[in-house]
Amino acid sequence: MNPIRILAIAAAVAGAALGAAGQDQPGGKKVRVGFAQIGAESDWRKANTESIKSEAAARGVDLKFSDAQQKQENQIKAIRAFVAQGVDVIAFSPVVETGWEPVLKECKRAGIPVILTDRAVDTQDPSLYVTFIGADFVEEGRRAANWVVKAVGSSANIAELQGTPGSAPAIDRKKGFEEVIKAHPGLKITKSQSGEFTRAKGKEVMESFLKSPEGKQINVLFAHNDDMALGAIQAIEEAGLKPGVDIKIVSIDAVRAAFEAMIAGKLNCTVECNPLLGPQLFDAVEAVMAKKELPRRIVTKESVFEQSGAAATIKDRKY
Amino acid sequence: MATDPRAERSGRGRALLAGAAHLIWPALALALLLAFNAAFTPGFFHVEIRDGRLYGTLVDILNHGSRLGIVALGMTLVIATSGVDLSVGAVMAIAGAVAATMVVRDAASFPAVLAGALATGLAAGLWNGWLVSRLRIQPIVATLVLMVAGRGIAQLVTDGLIITTNDPRLAFIAGGSLLGLPLPVTLAAAALALLALATRKSSLGLFLEAVGDNETASRYAGLDARGVVLLAYAVAGVCAALAGLIEVSYIRAADANNAGLFVELDAILAVVIGGTALTGGRFYLVGSLLGALFIQTLTKTMYMKDVSADVASIPKAIVVILVCLLQSPVVRGRIAARRRPP
Repeated sequence: MNPIRILAIAAAVAGAALGAAGQDQPGGKKVRVGFAQIGAESDWRKANTESIKSEAAARGVDLKFSDAQQKQENQIKAIRAFVAQGVDVIAFSPVVETGWEPVLKECKRAGIPVILTDRAVDTQDPSLYVTFIGADFVEEGRRAANWVVKAVGSSANIAELQGTPGSAPAIDRKKGFEEVIKAHPGLKITKSQSGEFTRAKGKEVMESFLKSPEGKQINVLFAHNDDMALGAIQAIEEAGLKPGVDIKIVSIDAVRAAFEAMIAGKLNCTVECNPLLGPQLFDAVEAVMAKKELPRRIVTKESVFEQSGAAATIKDRKY
Repeated sequence: MATDPRAERSGRGRALLAGAAHLIWPALALALLLAFNAAFTPGFFHVEIRDGRLYGTLVDILNHGSRLGIVALGMTLVIATSGVDLSVGAVMAIAGAVAATMVVRDAASFPAVLAGALATGLAAGLWNGWLVSRLRIQPIVATLVLMVAGRGIAQLVTDGLIITTNDPRLAFIAGGSLLGLPLPVTLAAAALALLALATRKSSLGLFLEAVGDNETASRYAGLDARGVVLLAYAVAGVCAALAGLIEVSYIRAADANNAGLFVELDAILAVVIGGTALTGGRFYLVGSLLGALFIQTLTKTMYMKDVSADVASIPKAIVVILVCLLQSPVVRGRIAARRRPP
């Protein structure tokens, strides 16, 4: 028994070593992908994780998944671990935009291609990653602003709940939104503060907005994600106002809870940010393994949902 | 040994005075911050009555400050034993997850939900206390275990989802009010009264300070040092669980990933601002509550002054450094020496 077992283990180890060394093995060997997820900070992220895991299982990819609990240092550690394990492709959603160059250079030196999903990194060196798959956050901001222009006209006092400071969606959604409302001098952002993408902070910050001297004039709320809007809705109700009526609310993501709020008439509009990136991610992985050229930017398909269609759409929402 | 009752009384009076003297610094810091807002933040002190309860920024500060204050009260006892509990934020998340899951999935009775959440905190506290007192693992390492693993446990409980509940009784914990003030204020006051009674009207406070000053000496003096340490962590766990319940009630949802995130740092800071030294020994419960209110006021000031979240940590850090300098006996001595004529 024992010698055979040792032989088997030796063969397995050798096989693994070969698999790690050879990039273009023709079939048979499983592709090994390391994915460094941000965390599970929202229902959106949970759906994103599910999509990646289930797609990996469906395609027989050996997925090494790591949860960074919203901390950049954890993500960097995870990526270093993937490099040490010699995976074929590394993919990750960077929690913030900056500070990635050293670890991405380590990946490059190890010859491991990197795919960014959902969020971009701020780098001068385009060779550090192959492609960036994800939503166009600037466009999402524009869509939210377009809805405001359509729904409330050319005059409003807008409160903005920003995402985590320094994160790509917070920066870009703000940029896109401001780009559109600049053309309408009557639309003013009177209050803007970070709610860190969470319900609790969204509620706490909205409480402060409503109690500020400008608070009584606020008639539109733009939240960078649904969770903050859901927290803010509670703050608005506790201040004795009607969310969705006294203050019109538009947010981004289109998670199930947002549809429930729209059906209850408390949220007016949500701009979709599609988390189901799994299929597109592994299409890209396969293209990388086959040494095919990939576009630098792969944009996901997304739409805008309003109250009127919410009841009909909620049945099809997976997250 | 005959004791002179007069001597004992004056001794106790002096101890009380010493405690009050320590409270001057956090109270002064809070007063200065409030004075700044009175002068420069319009609407900061505006309080009105809406729906039969007080409504205003000060009320919000009391409300959120109470939640942090409850965590800080438990932390004070742990720090008094010269320990530290890094897991309080994670314990908040676990207790909240347990409460929300019991309400939503099991439709449990409300007393059972309360008991379940608080028992979770107690279990977490006993685990920490056991690691520290019996296995003699350094507190910072022992509680780090649960700080990291705790969020995972909370995620397991909630299945990684944000569990939303509209149970009116659960919502009452943070949303209800007593005498016009939010219920968390009453809960914090009750926790303070209970802990102050337990530590000052019995010898427990003395035991905590003795263990914190010198554990070996206290053990030779016949004290059950291990039991005292275990108790301190258990209380911290229960306090964190109570804060976790308030958090769930506040957003009417259990957010395993974000509930109580980085609360341990704020709680430790509140205790330090309150005058309790991290080296253990003397502790000041009221000081910790004042510290929590100070931190909450500072956060609120940043919101009200529209300080962008990108840079908000800088003024916060400066103010915290100033408060710590104010408390340093060395700095205070130097200022006093300069003022005195040569």
